[in-house]
Amino acid sequence: MTNVKVNSVAKTYGTTPVLADITTEFADGSFTSLLGPSGSGKTTLLRIIAGFIKPDQGLVMIGNNDVTDVPVWGRNIGMMFQSYALFPHMTIAQNVAFGLERRGIRGAEARRQVDRALEMVRLPGFGDRTPKQLSGGQQQRVALARAIVIKPSVLLLDEPLSALDRRLRQEMQVELLRIQRESGLTTIFVTHDQEEALTLSDKVAILDKGRIVQIGEPETVYEKPLTRFSAEFLGDSNFLTGAVEDGAVRLADGSLIKSTSILPATGSTVTLAIRPEKMAIASGSTAENSIKARITTVIYAGPVLSYHLETADGLPLKLFAQNRDGTVLKEGDEISLTWSAQHTVAVAD
Amino acid sequence: MRNDQLTLAPARGPSGPRNGRALPPWVSTTALLMPTYGWLTIAVFLPLLTMFAFSFLSATPMGKAPIVFTLKQYRAFFDQPYLVGIGITSLLIGFWTTLICAILGFLAAVALVRSTFGKTREMLLILILLPFWTNGLVRVFSWTMVLRENGFLDSLLHMVAPDAGSIGFLYTRYAIVVGLVHGYLPYMILTCYIALVTIDDAIIEAAASLGARWWTILFKILLPLAAPGLISGAVLTFVPVIGSFMEPRILGGRVGVTMGTVIEDQFTQAFNWPLGASLSFTLLAVVLAIFATFSGVLRRGTAA
Repeated sequence: MTNVKVNSVAKTYGTTPVLADITTEFADGSFTSLLGPSGSGKTTLLRIIAGFIKPDQGLVMIGNNDVTDVPVWGRNIGMMFQSYALFPHMTIAQNVAFGLERRGIRGAEARRQVDRALEMVRLPGFGDRTPKQLSGGQQQRVALARAIVIKPSVLLLDEPLSALDRRLRQEMQVELLRIQRESGLTTIFVTHDQEEALTLSDKVAILDKGRIVQIGEPETVYEKPLTRFSAEFLGDSNFLTGAVEDGAVRLADGSLIKSTSILPATGSTVTLAIRPEKMAIASGSTAENSIKARITTVIYAGPVLSYHLETADGLPLKLFAQNRDGTVLKEGDEISLTWSAQHTVAVAD
Repeated sequence: MRNDQLTLAPARGPSGPRNGRALPPWVSTTALLMPTYGWLTIAVFLPLLTMFAFSFLSATPMGKAPIVFTLKQYRAFFDQPYLVGIGITSLLIGFWTTLICAILGFLAAVALVRSTFGKTREMLLILILLPFWTNGLVRVFSWTMVLRENGFLDSLLHMVAPDAGSIGFLYTRYAIVVGLVHGYLPYMILTCYIALVTIDDAIIEAAASLGARWWTILFKILLPLAAPGLISGAVLTFVPVIGSFMEPRILGGRVGVTMGTVIEDQFTQAFNWPLGASLSFTLLAVVLAIFATFSGVLRRGTAA
């Protein structure tokens, strides 16, 4: 049971800064996702915690130990890779026992622990098979068993589900979460799949250009994005820009938009983010905010209808509507969108 | 789909109209294999068969002596027992050369794969291939310059310790092995390199994350996974080495009598082709027997 801390960790390759002064803590037993586009530094951060990359500066703490100078093999980490990375020349049982052997656990005790780990990932009796005889999902379960059997201080997952197809991925998400909860392992999960990050994590950290732009509970990060980047990267967002006036925001077309966010001083420019599913098509009632727009594209996806719209000023907007009564609006329809002030979030650019 | 197009292509011709009649697949298969098998037949199978036939003759069929079919050439090892000793020498030289090549070649390949990238790696690979580009005779003779008394090796030693004696070991079996290792090491490095370069980095990282240090990774992960490369490298080294005659002759001097040199003598000096042929095939049989004995062990080693 351990927490993980990184303290002003930075890494530069040549002249390209990959990580710029990252300080954060992963609480004991928590499940944190590092989410970001490729090149955001999320994998580099994970590999620095694992010990595969030495940071140019900063500290890595696992529990109360400064492991910055401890090599990978001495850090007691459990790791899962996108490519499964099972040892192809060993049986499943030998794969799972590999880490135990390194810790001097052999014979009957090792067999008992291997069996228990394989049971945990629901592959009992698979010990004598070879990795080649297993499906992708099964191989990934073995990789998980191999990582947890050594009772690691921290479980590091490097996009482990990316190579699986959609169905299997969802199944593995459930398994992963169950096993993480049962084992109580501090888990750090790198992914570029935002839905996966929201579903699995206690905390989501959004990385961009080597910095953590926002870290928090999934609901907070999704509902109250701090920057335009988080609002855009995690889910979809509409952005309105205007000048602050009387505790509201005056748009270019003259309409006044209310927000419950703390706004900057009167006169300064501010960007507001509104989630497309928080907007509704006006039906007579007057919500706090509204804007007129014309439909340019209709995407019919069954339960959800998504409309692409354009305001008179040419500003693109998106609207997600539940398909409640089966009516589908057409391209070219002029509609009025309404939404509430509490769903209008001021974000930094 | 692709198969059909292939078979149709010659029927269509460069300008002629397409006659629409597809040739059966075996025709194109045969046509494509013909050049290779034709060449192998002319260049390998026929000479080998001729040699095999020669090995049953009583004398080289070029003089006036009457020729009869006989098995006596295959009795050479019984009639001339000293040949057994020479055979064992050859096998020992083959064994040591292969073993040294395997150790050096595997480690060199590991170093190439694990610690070099891009241009550096290309350069090192070219340097490794250099022995292939130099004439074998030049390569072997240059070793005599190094290994002889007061040669390059001695000069180096005398720079450090002027009063030391000679450590030149030209005209010993060690010299033969050194020359052979130099000549055949590239095969081993390349076959190991090919086996190692396909290993996913994540596999090695996974081992490290589970607590494996470098020697565990080397012996428990890299070595077993490179076993196919090591085995093919060993075969590529062992077979030509036990039949080699140039290195033993030049670097071995008086002690450089091996099966290779004996066989060569039968062809070039003694003009006894049938004996040379029978010794060659005996050697081939021994090599095949060795591989047959070990193939089971090796296969188990790679499959596990």
